[in-house]
Amino acid sequence: MDFLPAIARWVHFLAGVMWIGLLYYFNFVQVAAMKAAAADGTAAGITKHVAPRALLYFRWAAVVTWLAGAAILGNLFVPAFTLSKGMAGIGVGAWLGTIMLFNVWGLIWPNQQKILGMKPATDEEKNKARRVAFLASRTNVMLSIPMLFFMAGGWSHRAAFGL
Amino acid sequence: MKNPLDSLWGTVISGLVLTIILYYVVRSIPA
Repeated sequence: MDFLPAIARWVHFLAGVMWIGLLYYFNFVQVAAMKAAAADGTAAGITKHVAPRALLYFRWAAVVTWLAGAAILGNLFVPAFTLSKGMAGIGVGAWLGTIMLFNVWGLIWPNQQKILGMKPATDEEKNKARRVAFLASRTNVMLSIPMLFFMAGGWSHRAAFGL
Repeated sequence: MKNPLDSLWGTVISGLVLTIILYYVVRSIPA
């Protein structure tokens, strides 16, 4: 039975790299690239061909990461989320990851659909959607820093960190 | 006051500060 947690951990890492990798791509690369591309009239290449594909892998990688993480926790799922004895470190990591998943599906994706023209929206609605999606995405970059700290050491190195 | 999330450095520094805060919060929870 040790086989399944090992597979879940592997999948959690694979999907997590894709999720957070694309999150960092959006924030460290695409936001600045869009500004430059809008200035020389080439933004359509990104909005039409790159962003929809990146968002597809981004949002589903988030789901797979969360599910694989829940599978790793197994019967420690509730103790982790209730921050019970010895589980507070990994529990905070799990909570941060869960908030980030909500941001992806509840804020980033619905607003990106308006921005990219997948959902009808007026120019005013698009401008508002841009700001909400941007701040939700930046919030996830901010949360990813403590999330990865607690995921990396919150359980396996909890003693070393005094957690 | 400017929103720190408007800049990448502001975002990263906010994340590091939050890490330190949460670390001490977690340590204060009885093991």
